[in-house]
Amino acid sequence: MSKIIRLETPLTLKNIKLLQIGDKILLNGILYTGRDAAHKRMYELILQGNDLPIDIKGQVIYYVGPTPPRPGKAIGSAGPTTSYRMDYFAPELIELGLKGMIGKGPRSQQVINAIKKYKAVYFAATGGAGALISKKIKKAEIVAYPDLGAEAIYKLEVENFPVIVINDIHGNDLYYRKY
Amino acid sequence: MREILIDIIISSVRNLCIDANYNLNADLLNAYKRSIDQEGSEGAKGVLNELIENALIAKEDQIPLCQDCGLAVIFMDIGQDVHITGGDLREAVNEGVRQGYKDGYLRKSSCHPFTRENTNDNTPAIIHFNIVPGDKISIKLAAKGGGSENMSRIAMLVPAEGIKGVKKFVVNTVRDAGANPCPPTIIGVGIGGTFEHSAILSKKALMREIGVRNPDQALAEIEVEILKEINHLGIGPMGYGGAVTSLDVFIETVPCHIASLPVAVNINCHSARHKEIII
Repeated sequence: MSKIIRLETPLTLKNIKLLQIGDKILLNGILYTGRDAAHKRMYELILQGNDLPIDIKGQVIYYVGPTPPRPGKAIGSAGPTTSYRMDYFAPELIELGLKGMIGKGPRSQQVINAIKKYKAVYFAATGGAGALISKKIKKAEIVAYPDLGAEAIYKLEVENFPVIVINDIHGNDLYYRKY
Repeated sequence: MREILIDIIISSVRNLCIDANYNLNADLLNAYKRSIDQEGSEGAKGVLNELIENALIAKEDQIPLCQDCGLAVIFMDIGQDVHITGGDLREAVNEGVRQGYKDGYLRKSSCHPFTRENTNDNTPAIIHFNIVPGDKISIKLAAKGGGSENMSRIAMLVPAEGIKGVKKFVVNTVRDAGANPCPPTIIGVGIGGTFEHSAILSKKALMREIGVRNPDQALAEIEVEILKEINHLGIGPMGYGGAVTSLDVFIETVPCHIASLPVAVNINCHSARHKEIII
């Protein structure tokens, strides 16, 4: 039976080691956004041996490209995008200390292997619930790649941001079914 | 000959873009509510409840249902007795999209295929013009997201594979898509025509309301049978497992070449954003 757990970011091995697939989590603290374009740029920096624009140790990357905010609002609609497009880049980031990812849909075996090896966790948020999720985001500021617009890296301050554990540190997979 | 000013086309397209992204169609909201009763697990019910709440927030706060506001796909049926005046029709549709995506605070998702440079105004729209009898213009607009579009497939089957082959291809496409296209999905199936025609038909099929069957009795039965098979897959809302993987299956057909059996499967996410106006 799944339970609801409050977690603070950045994540540590201590606070994610007991997480199990299907657990419902409310995340609090900082999330960084990043999707296709930002991942490609970060990956190129890693290959060149350069520093990333953010220190990802212990951090959580949320795969999202939000809509523009209305005046006076922190952010627009902000639900998860499909994660498999980031599978090519994720293992290197996990190796560098990334502890959490939020998206939707299953990950490749390579990503799951990296999750197991370096003790990270993959969460899903509800796809298509961008209006609901935007209410959990209290602040948003661009910290890298402003030229990418919606695909820039934003630093988000979140309160009780709802996710579910898809891959735990043991590499178990909530999606794994025979369909 | 009835005259329609281009400005009316621009403002209509603009309003459709915003309406489609903010206001979930009532047939979908009702389908979510019915699905809650069919689902046993807390996970599946939880997703459906979140989608209902999401629709209420989007409407109330005038915020897009989803951050992926899609590419604007437009089917425009133009009565042959209409004379459009005051400018270029294709440009007017694009201007409507430009204004809608800007004024509605919608995400612009159109980019160059290789450089990935964003066009920054969500144009060009995907436009299908069609000439029909009469003196009216009907504009159907879909805000089509990338996640479900990426899971869509096309196949040129051998005619001998027949209905059985079509069913298998549709069900396998949905199974392979799994959690990715934001289930519970809506499945558009275009059968016949040529390669490209089947794909356009499958997109057009997605414009139907939930529960409305193909007027051809045999096709209507196949729609129901495929839906049943899909829902036996057990993928469920957001892929967490459950009884409702798709909300409906819509089939459209046209005659095809004696050598061919084209089948296109276009998947739509649970929010299936589309709106229509008749001018």
